[in-house]
Amino acid sequence: MSDTYRSPMAPPRSFLWTRRIFLTLLSGFVLVPVYVMVSSSLKPLQDVSGTFRWLPSGLTIRPYIDIWSTVPLAQYFVNSLIVAGAATAGSVVVAVFASYAVSRYSFRGKRVFTVTVLSTQMFPGILFLLPLFLLYVNIGNATGIALFGSRGGLILTYLTFTLPFSIWMLIGYFDSVPRDLDEAALVDGCGPLGALFRVVVPAAIPGIVAVAVYAFMTAWGEVLFASVMTNDTTRTLAVGLQGYSTLNDVYWNQIMAASLVVSVPVVAGFLLLQRYLVAGLTAGAVK
Amino acid sequence: MRSIRAAAVGAVTLSLALTVSACGGGTPTGGGSNDSPKTLTYWASNQGAGIEIDKKVLQPELDKFEKQTGIKVKLEVVPWNDLLNRILTATTSGQGPDVLNIGNTWSASLQATGALLPWDEKNFAAIGGKDRFVDSALGSTGAPGKDPAAVPLYSMAYGLYYNKKIFAEAGISEPPATWAELIADGKKIQAQGKQALGAEGASLNENVHHVFVFAKQHGADFFTADGKPDFTSDKVVAAVKQYVDLMAEDKVVPPGNAEYAQNQSVSDFAKGRTAMLLWQTASANLKSQGMNPDDYGVAPVPVQSGTPGSGTRINSMVAGVNVAVFNNTHNLDGAKQFVKFLTSDEEQKILNKAFSSIPPVKSAQADPAFNTPETAVLKNTLATSAAALPQVPSESQFETTVGTAVKELFADAAAGRAVTTESVKAKLLKAQQQMPAK
Amino acid sequence: MTTTVDAGLPAIQKSSGAAGPRRGRPGRPGRAGRAWLPYLLLLPALVLELLVHLVPMVIGAVMSLKEITQFYIRNWTAAPWSGFDNYRIAVDFDAPVGEALLHSFVVTVGFTLLSVALCWLIGTAAAICLQDGFRGRGLLRTLFLVPYALPVYAAVITWVFMFQHDNGLVNHVLHDQLHLTDEPSFWLIGDNSFWALLTVSVWKGWPFAFLIVMAGLQNIPRELYEAAALDGAGMWQQIRRITLPSLRPVNQVLVLVLFLWTFNDFNTPYVMFGKAAPQAADLISVHIYQASFVSWDFGTGSAMSVLLLLFLLVVTGVYLAVTSRGRRSADV
Repeated sequence: MSDTYRSPMAPPRSFLWTRRIFLTLLSGFVLVPVYVMVSSSLKPLQDVSGTFRWLPSGLTIRPYIDIWSTVPLAQYFVNSLIVAGAATAGSVVVAVFASYAVSRYSFRGKRVFTVTVLSTQMFPGILFLLPLFLLYVNIGNATGIALFGSRGGLILTYLTFTLPFSIWMLIGYFDSVPRDLDEAALVDGCGPLGALFRVVVPAAIPGIVAVAVYAFMTAWGEVLFASVMTNDTTRTLAVGLQGYSTLNDVYWNQIMAASLVVSVPVVAGFLLLQRYLVAGLTAGAVK
Repeated sequence: MRSIRAAAVGAVTLSLALTVSACGGGTPTGGGSNDSPKTLTYWASNQGAGIEIDKKVLQPELDKFEKQTGIKVKLEVVPWNDLLNRILTATTSGQGPDVLNIGNTWSASLQATGALLPWDEKNFAAIGGKDRFVDSALGSTGAPGKDPAAVPLYSMAYGLYYNKKIFAEAGISEPPATWAELIADGKKIQAQGKQALGAEGASLNENVHHVFVFAKQHGADFFTADGKPDFTSDKVVAAVKQYVDLMAEDKVVPPGNAEYAQNQSVSDFAKGRTAMLLWQTASANLKSQGMNPDDYGVAPVPVQSGTPGSGTRINSMVAGVNVAVFNNTHNLDGAKQFVKFLTSDEEQKILNKAFSSIPPVKSAQADPAFNTPETAVLKNTLATSAAALPQVPSESQFETTVGTAVKELFADAAAGRAVTTESVKAKLLKAQQQMPAK
Repeated sequence: MTTTVDAGLPAIQKSSGAAGPRRGRPGRPGRAGRAWLPYLLLLPALVLELLVHLVPMVIGAVMSLKEITQFYIRNWTAAPWSGFDNYRIAVDFDAPVGEALLHSFVVTVGFTLLSVALCWLIGTAAAICLQDGFRGRGLLRTLFLVPYALPVYAAVITWVFMFQHDNGLVNHVLHDQLHLTDEPSFWLIGDNSFWALLTVSVWKGWPFAFLIVMAGLQNIPRELYEAAALDGAGMWQQIRRITLPSLRPVNQVLVLVLFLWTFNDFNTPYVMFGKAAPQAADLISVHIYQASFVSWDFGTGSAMSVLLLLFLLVVTGVYLAVTSRGRRSADV
């Protein structure tokens, strides 16, 4: 995918200049908040509670030490990792099965299934916040499985939220994997699942990575459901980060340091996997 | 259009599901039980300088309770931002804590949901009787004529905090006793290049607390005697306008305060940027921000004229936190025991000292720790010149709608737009129309 | 939640993808006796969708027909039926509740249209700029993806810090350094809050458009450019005649996804303004949240959500019908 398109003609000057100016402005727009976040996280408190200054009066790593004791950040971190990790794994597995069925088989109800699943992406989250909460509580009362307040409930929720996109992406990607490959595997004596895992899945790795990244990011960043469905022990970062602003003084340097710390895993993962992501989208979603 | 046809099929399937599923939900249980006598869950409100600090204060006390009774208390300190939502969802689902803290102004609203154990004579007797508590605190535990929905735990009142050094620099010898004096002093302070008065302009709660007091001083109420909202009477409008005018007209509140909602005004005061602050029991708060107790004084909140008292000389709301028992508790006896523990003289002293609040229990108030100059002022305010916010079921909505109206008026004032009697009345009318019809 | 995809997409994808597999394809991999296999594969997805999406939605629809105020929330199944009263209240635009909902709806539509347009414009322009290889291209691409990769709350909190009236960067630059304004402006309250929200939304959203368009550009055959170059078309003409038309199928999906995503966005306004958003930035998802949770009226809140869902269904349906027809005639 990195094979760059090179125009047969050298681009004209007007284009080059426009491009230069545009990209400079855009980089500035993108970078300023990132710079503010990084620099403020290294400033002493008096720098961030007074008039804004571009350059810190002194550098300190104090905020990075304090954030762990001001709120139980480590615990929130672990919660977020478990919730986002499990939701991602679940979403990928469920989506692979479903997409394989839709991509490779024709069966009654296929259209109803895809359309219904995909249209759930239109639902405003607020519509089923309270109902879902009630449902979890009732399931808990009836079966003893604690969904509400537990990580399990949140995992199920996020897993399902990301399914429609994941299924849609993977149908597109599986469709692009030549059918002859799995037929050959079937001839070789693999069952349909063997064909799926030995042939189709390996060929669809970029698509699967793209789906996984999307699912992880969604679960990592969600605020609304996390604020209602978690308690002290299961609180995720999205909610826990607000703990810094409940203090009497607003420790902006700590807030910025904590924001940065919680962003690093997703941003690093995302940027490392961006090649897969573009490849996955190219072959799957936008084809 | 294939997809549309398919969507139609999907919609039909859904509506089928709708008719089929007769939708179970809600909570069948009525009163509490004693199914799990050895554990309790306690939701504490955030009283100290941070969640973690509260935990450190409360945990040793809970351990003490466990030693006394063998009941283990699971503590969760819930931020104010989330507390009401958490209580609401707990109410809807029946899954919640056994014992919880509520803002005392929510008492009547939560009472109406039936989620909280009513404190009748018998229940009160179990914790030592109603007489142990101060009257003003009991006035904020539920609608009049009904059994209280909660028991007073921490009491607070508003005071005028002023920076002694700035006052001296501006040549002010005594804290202002009336609003006119406050404005005049404010001008002197501003002449010294300092900010006069801080306000939390985007905080709905703070706004409501202040305009409630101003309304009292104008001899008006936000609710009629039979509990109907009445936000647009001339007196209420004048009261709200007087508060917003501190920024709009008198300009003693800096415009930047219009967007404050995270206690920035307290920080400003602690850092010596503003000379005055109207706050409830701020000392622990100021101390955690490194302000020396000798650097500030506390005076009663100003009145229109004369000295604070009852009627139009009210100068604070009855602020505080109540403790309630959730009706769905599985440890009813344990929950009552725990409330008794929290309201015992000893715990009242320990906890109220730690949170710099005032014990609503008479015998605990006698402790010398609550006779410092600051606490004396606040205690006196509570006893003589504080009024409870309206104890009506729609109190919670009142805080939201009127708080929002004042926030928007502050935003207008900050942007330099005129705040007139008409504009105040229009905002309040809108607020009143958004109150529940029933 | 993040709204990302919509109903008609597979249909479009199939009808547009010349290289895609044929419809009504012949052999299935399994034998005829395996008819149950696809259902088995779908089962987990079906169960989850039912549990987390469909059943709660039905419960929500039922709630919208009941009077669920503070007096009944404790046992809402026993709350009295109120027929369509909640809907009547929500759409009575002369009364305050309906008027506020309408105002919020108008704000949301305006906000969404502007945000989607800007995201698309910046994303497409950036993708085209990075189409050619040049020094620093990889670095820029990585940089541009950062806002999208940041968790929403981290990004929004940073912007709030910058938008503060007294100590924020924005006023520091506009007022203290450039002297563009007489007085420092308010960004988090009052009318400017709309523009503040839009800025954050675009900052966070445009890289998604960039990513998708970049992927779409990879699928444009280079022969098209070569042929155009032979015809003497310059760079600008190539962009206009080849790049943009080839992106149409991608754009159709992208714009819809961005629209639904922005329209339903809760995280950004909630983290930015909390429970009481300024009127100018009163987006509908927070508005409904407030109508339900802050006013303790879950019946009316549910009715508003159902209306919102119906609106989105109609918009999506019409959008797909119109754009697909437009495309088909263009393809001929």
